[in-house]
Formats: sequence, C-alpha cells, structure tokens
Amino acid sequence: MKLVIIAGPPSAGKTAVARQIIRHRGGSEKIAFLKIDVTRAFEDKELADEFGIPTKKIYSGDLCPDHTGVMIMKDAISWAEEENADLFIIESAGLCLRCSPYTTQALGIVVLSAVSGINTPLKMGPMVALSDIAVITRIDLVSQAEKEVFRERTREVSPGLDIIETNALQGTGIRYLLRAIDEFPEITDPEKIVLRGVPPLGVCTICIGKKEIGWQKHFGVIRKLNDADYMYRGD
Amino acid sequence: MNSELIEEITILPGRNRQGNPENFDKITIKPGNTISIVGPTGSGKSAFINDIEIFAENDTVTGRTVLVNGRCPPEEYVRDPAKKPVALITQNTKCLTDMEVSEFLEMHIRSRQIETPGVLKKTIDLANEFTGEKILPDIKMTSLSGGQTRSLMIADAIVISNAPILILDEIENAGIFKDKVIEMLKEYKKALLFVTHDPLVALMSDRRIVMKNGAVEAVLQPNGTEREALEKVVELDSILCRMREEIRAGQLIRIPALT
Ligand SMILES: Nc1nc2c(ncn2[C@@H]2O[C@H](COP(=O)(O)OP(=O)(O)OP(=O)(O)O)[C@@H](O)[C@H]2O)c(=O)[nH]1
Ligand SMILES: Nc1ncnc2c1ncn2[C@@H]1O[C@H](COP(=O)(O)OP(=O)(O)OP(=O)(O)O)[C@@H](O)[C@H]1O
Ligand SMILES: [Mg+2]
Ligand SMILES: [Mg+2]
Ligand SMILES: [Zn+2]
Repeated sequence: MKLVIIAGPPSAGKTAVARQIIRHRGGSEKIAFLKIDVTRAFEDKELADEFGIPTKKIYSGDLCPDHTGVMIMKDAISWAEEENADLFIIESAGLCLRCSPYTTQALGIVVLSAVSGINTPLKMGPMVALSDIAVITRIDLVSQAEKEVFRERTREVSPGLDIIETNALQGTGIRYLLRAIDEFPEITDPEKIVLRGVPPLGVCTICIGKKEIGWQKHFGVIRKLNDADYMYRGD
Repeated sequence: MNSELIEEITILPGRNRQGNPENFDKITIKPGNTISIVGPTGSGKSAFINDIEIFAENDTVTGRTVLVNGRCPPEEYVRDPAKKPVALITQNTKCLTDMEVSEFLEMHIRSRQIETPGVLKKTIDLANEFTGEKILPDIKMTSLSGGQTRSLMIADAIVISNAPILILDEIENAGIFKDKVIEMLKEYKKALLFVTHDPLVALMSDRRIVMKNGAVEAVLQPNGTEREALEKVVELDSILCRMREEIRAGQLIRIPALT
C-alpha cells in the first residue's frame, strides 16, 4: 500500500486534488481516504458517496491536527490495509502552521491556492518546506504572469520543491502528480514510520490552562514583547 | 528562449459532451496564424484553449491531444514557465497579487532570468498603448481596473513571457483598444488565438473555429470571401469607438455620419 499525505490551508483545494487522484486511479486501484480536521469535515461522506470508496474522518478537537495525525496514523494504516487499499490518502486540515503532518514512507503534498495572497507560501513554514510536492490550484483564475510570480515565491521557501500547477476542478496538470505517486514506493514497514522534521517544542503554561494575561503570571516559556523576533523557537 | 523552434502545433480530436468523437481530422497552427474561436456560452471555447495551454494528452475532459512539431512536447513546455511556448490571457480581469505594478513585473522578470535593461519600462509603455487609463509603476496590481489589468497582462505576455503562441480569452470585454492589440500582436509575429464574441476580432482572423456542445463543430476558412463584411465591421466599429469616446467625455451624441 502507498501512503499520500495532503496538507494545506483551509479551502486551498486539498479535497479537489484528492478527487482528481481518486478519479484517475480509482478504476484500477482500491483507494481509502481519511480526513483529519479540527471540528467539522464532510469529505468522508462526500467521497464515499461519489466514488464508493472506504472513508473515515477524525476530529482533533483541542489537539493540534498534525499531532492527532501522528497519534492515530498506525491505527489508520491498519484500517486501510484491512480495507485492502492499494493507496491510502490522508487529508489534513493543516491549521497549525508550526507543525507539518508529513511522515517517512509517505508522499507529502502541500496544496496552495494561486489566488491566496502572494505571501502565503512564506507563511506556511514547514508545511511547504517539508513537503515533496507543492500543488498550486486555481490557476484557471490567474494569468500566466501571476502563476510565475506565485511559483517564484514558493521556490523562495523551498528551492528544490517540485511544483505542479493545476485547475483542480478540471484536472489539468494532474498527470505529473499521478506519475509522482506511481514512482513513489509502497510502505515498507509501518512500525518504522516517523514524523518528518522536528516537531516544535512549544508547550507553555497557557496550554495547561492558565488564562491570566502578562508574562509575569506564567512560567516555563516566558518572553516579553520586545525580547526577540520569535516568541519561542524549539530546537 | 525556446531550445526548439516551434514550427507548428497540431490539435487532434477528442469527444463532445456526450462522448461522441469530434468531427475533424486535425487542426494545425503555425506562427503568424490568427485564429478565432467562436460559439455560444458554455460551448467549450475555454476548454479548447485550456487544452492547448496544457498540451493535453488525452487527459482532460475533452480527450483532445495537442502536439508540437508533430510530437508530444517535452514536459518542460508545460512545467517550466521559462520554456513554456504558450501564454494564456484568461477571461478574468482582476489580478489578486498584492504588489505594486513595478514590483510584480520585476519579480516576473527575475523568474524569467531576463537581464536586458529597460524591460520593465517597455512593458508598462506597451500596456499603456492598449488602454486609455494610464498605468503607473507604483500603483497596486489589485487596484488596476479590468482594462488596465488586461492591458498589462497582454504587454507582459509579449515583452516578458515572449511566448510564440498567445491565447486571449474574450479581450473585447475588458475595455481595451482591441484593434491596437491585434495590430501590435501581428507585428510581433505570434500565433494568435482569440476566444471571441466580437465580429471585428472574428473577421480579422484568418480562420474561425466554431464550437458547439463541447466539440469543434466546424473550421471556417473565409479566404477573402469576408473582405467586404470586414470593411463594414471596421467602419461600424470606428463609429462605435467614436461614440464611446464621446459618451465617456460627457457629450451628447449627434446622428453619426453613417455611410
Ligand atoms: N476554480 C477553481 N476552483 C477550485 C480549484 N480547486 C478547488 N476549487 C474550489 O475551491 C473550493 C474549496 O476546495 P476544497 O477542495 O474543498 O478545499 P479543501 O482544501 O479541501 O478545503 P478544507 O478541507 O475545507 O480545508 C471548492 O468549491 C472547490 O470546487 C481550482 O483549481 N479552480
Ligand atoms: N468535450 C467536453 N466534454 C465534457 N465537458 C466539456 C467539454 N467541453 C467543455 N466541457 C465543460 O463544459 C463547461 C463549459 O465549457 P467552457 O467553459 O469551455 O465554455 P465557454 O465556451 O468558454 O463559455 P463562455 O462563453 O461562457 O466562456 C466547462 O465546465 C467545461 O469543462
Ligand atoms: Mg477538504
Ligand atoms: Mg469561456
Ligand atoms: Zn501543531
């Protein structure tokens, strides 16, 4: 079984890209789909109705959706294997811009929308930097020049990144994504899958429920307004 | 710019909306050709030009295949913007990039690795020939009008992208000097494809592709038989242009000297 992890900001077109993958490969392969979201998601029902494939969703609630992914991924892989899936697609809500959901033995895809602000790729941090492929959607809504400028910005974050531009509704350009999936190896040993990159170490006293404002009321990770460029950076 | 010279582009038939094969053998486009694509709303005009832009390999809704010099084009034609021989000016007239005009063009020039000086100014100057409302370098892209955006994107496609094939989706709707654009584009020896509902643009092209129900219905080659009609359209268009300018200038319109 192959594993594909799709991440990206809300409404970037993650599901639209997943649909294209399913549309093109669903005929010859069994595909399973999991959505990880914070409080609401509809993809499980939509994709099950549309393609008749096994789907699941999980709400991360108060936990970071990327951390949730790590927590449940082994169960999820077992489930997809029980469903005899050849390809397992995980769509992550990707709201936590500190983390990224990509693991080893999985193809990491970040989905960005060409009509979101020009600085979006710069703000996405590890979600872009640790991905294997960036899929840029909604190119049907921008001119050639805008596409190229957006591409340039994405390259600034990750110079070697493979970029695929698509109108995800029509599936233009998806052939290159399909080929990348073809070329990507299957999971060899689920026991050995680990999160890519180093998760940020950023637990503070607000996380454990202290609500008073002002650093004077907190301990552990403490910063003042003019202390540093970053509030806190894990190693 | 392109390693290989583009001698011709060939479009092989796909299927209409019901899945029936299209009724043509192949359509060949060479540099210097001007072609208009006409047909009712929803007939598949935009889908047709999108196939060309992406060099479809029987992998779009229409099932068409597009070849360059008789072969499947190299991947870089689609994926490397600096090698891409097609520039498409879409139906959209808004640019959403939150940058100044000069910043935006500079970034595009950089991504194309162009080092010739003066390209930025040349692009803005050309754009200003296509529109009545002057574009200034320090204005935000997002505050350009529809006509200004279109003008700038066309000038960008000519000067910065410098693509041998240019596709324009309904330029007439953008409030730009379309005759000026066509004249200028012909001068640059590009292959031109216009999606259009405009008689002037349609009649100024050498060939007309008629779309219906998602498929190419006919390819018309007037071969001069429309010359008189074109003269009439040019005349009518100049009357309309004049009236438009007068209306814009806040004047009352007298009966024009129709001949
Ligand atoms: N025009 C255009 N619309 C698109 C494209 N990709 C996605 N959309 C539309 O954008 C909307 C959001 O797309 P989704 O695929 O649901 O986005 P998502 O990233 O899965 O969203 P969440 O899971 O809710 O975060 C939908 O209405 C899509 O039809 C594209 O390439 N072009
Ligand atoms: N051969 C085809 N088979 C299936 N669907 C098609 C085909 N051709 C076009 N379509 C679909 O039909 C819809 C309308 O087509 P398109 O946008 O190209 O129309 P248009 O002629 O450009 O219309 P407008 O004048 O409104 O811009 C699109 O969703 C397109 O994907
Ligand atoms: Mg989704
Ligand atoms: Mg259209
Ligand atoms: Zn997180």
